Amino acid sequence: MKSKKTDGLTVFLFLLPGLLLFVGILIAPLFMSAYYSFYQWDGLGEKVYVGWGNYKTLSLFKKPDAFAFGVPAMHAAVKHVFILAGLSLVLQLPLSLGLALLLGRGIKGERFFLSVFFLPVLISTTVIGRLWQKIFASEGLANSILTGLGILKEPLNWLAESEGNLLLVAIFIPMLWQYVGYHMLLMYAGVKSVPKELREAAKIDGATNWQVDRYVVIPSMKQVLKVSVIFAVTGSLKSYDLVAVMAPQGIKTQAAAVPSTVLHDFLSNRMKYGIGSAIAMVLIVLCFFFALLINLLFRDRDAKG
Amino acid sequence: MQRGDIMAKSKNLSDYQVSQSNGKVANVIIWILLSIWTLVNLYPLYWMVLFSLKNDTEVYSNKFGLPKEWAWKNYQTAMRVGNIGRNYLNSIIVAFATILITLVAASMATYALTRIRWRGAGLMHKIFLLGITIPVQSSIVPVFVVLNKLKLRESYFAMILPYSAFALAMGILICAGFMTEIPKELDEAAYIDGCGRARVFFKVIVPLMKPAVATVSIYTFMQCWNELIFATIFIDKSYLFTIPVGIQQLVGTFTTSWGSVGAALTIATVPTVIAYILLSRRIQESFIAGAIKG
Repeated sequence: MKSKKTDGLTVFLFLLPGLLLFVGILIAPLFMSAYYSFYQWDGLGEKVYVGWGNYKTLSLFKKPDAFAFGVPAMHAAVKHVFILAGLSLVLQLPLSLGLALLLGRGIKGERFFLSVFFLPVLISTTVIGRLWQKIFASEGLANSILTGLGILKEPLNWLAESEGNLLLVAIFIPMLWQYVGYHMLLMYAGVKSVPKELREAAKIDGATNWQVDRYVVIPSMKQVLKVSVIFAVTGSLKSYDLVAVMAPQGIKTQAAAVPSTVLHDFLSNRMKYGIGSAIAMVLIVLCFFFALLINLLFRDRDAKG
Repeated sequence: MQRGDIMAKSKNLSDYQVSQSNGKVANVIIWILLSIWTLVNLYPLYWMVLFSLKNDTEVYSNKFGLPKEWAWKNYQTAMRVGNIGRNYLNSIIVAFATILITLVAASMATYALTRIRWRGAGLMHKIFLLGITIPVQSSIVPVFVVLNKLKLRESYFAMILPYSAFALAMGILICAGFMTEIPKELDEAAYIDGCGRARVFFKVIVPLMKPAVATVSIYTFMQCWNELIFATIFIDKSYLFTIPVGIQQLVGTFTTSWGSVGAALTIATVPTVIAYILLSRRIQESFIAGAIKG
């Protein structure tokens, strides 16, 4: 029999590497971020307590009158990621679900289509960003195709900072494009977990493929759909890569700012660690809030169903 | 009554056959839809390879066709000026170190959490898994400050440590899935033979964890191979740039010359595509394992 004492030590030693990483890089920094967010600090000198000052500077809830001392509009950044999350819910996820359901019917070339649709997920987002920058360049693919088809009379200047909304469109399209395959793969796994007999039985009872999907397959996919919705929303809130690559003057661009690029700007270019931490806290609170909310929404439906 | 039943059944059966022949038309439509999406996925990548092989005038004059003059020198420019080779080396060093640390820390922690009975094991397990939901942004400022103080910011550690820490929760999740399937009798037999906890872990558990090692490695690799936010905020020295940062920072000749940008992008992408063709099922499974069980 093992003695309790040596077991305690063994447990501790086995947990040690994981604990060091987990506490040192995830848990302690979480609390440090919360603490820093109430101070004005350049990373070197004295910290000055400012209460909620940093959060007020961010002007989350109202449009700032002017960019006071060049504060990039966090207000706009939050609005942008909300729009992105909304687009993801109404465009990206339905498209992913549609593809997953079609593939799940057992079509010829199922494996091939599945693998191709998932490919963009694996390609580095910086490569995707650089590539779509070329697609949306004034001499690029988008303008050539759209003017060629007569949809546009003149080529558009997609990536100019002055054309704020157009720039957002040009950045959102590859963001949504890249992860369709990811959600499709998760949903496809959900579709495939529906027992074959259930599908066959419904069909023999005269259900069309569409009815099978609607009344048999989708209701059994709740868990997967919940995961996808959470990933789509929190992923949009946290987005960084494509904006950092595609916005013309990099992270300083206001027109396409998202919270993470604003955070990067405060940290690297302005040495304002307190405000940077406040931005991080806002992001964390938003992510947790939406994850909980989505969990609750899906649970309610379970209770009713 | 009985006859009616049979009639009803045969009616259903014929309906079924009708819906099957309708199914053939439907299948063609489905196939067309899937092919359109295939095109939307692959054409941009094909176009990238295409312009990587064109010279600066052909990029504008011949947008869709094959290059008339194959400009292989773009690839030389990308390797020499863009320093893609160095970026590759850095990415490989960072990825392998991260995978190693994640595997060791996750498998050891999982062993302590699932195979040794102690009070609080369940709670500790749940706390570790919370790590999946913590956004990386919450660590950036404090880790930046600490690494600066330790003079470690311009080093591989500045990437390896955060990547390992953020991969840990998923590592434990995947390891736990596999480890709980190993029968406890194996451990007990080894204890009776006089083995200690550590020997049981290394001699009994680790050899049986091969599938988990593969899944964790693939998942961790994909996470850190493409990671940008830590790498770009923490690292300023170009000799430490990983591929994503290298690609983001392409400047100079690369702002005007499409060909060399295309070449750099293609060089960065080809190994991923080859790995995916060889391991597509495994890679897809590791992404599903990571998401569904979470």
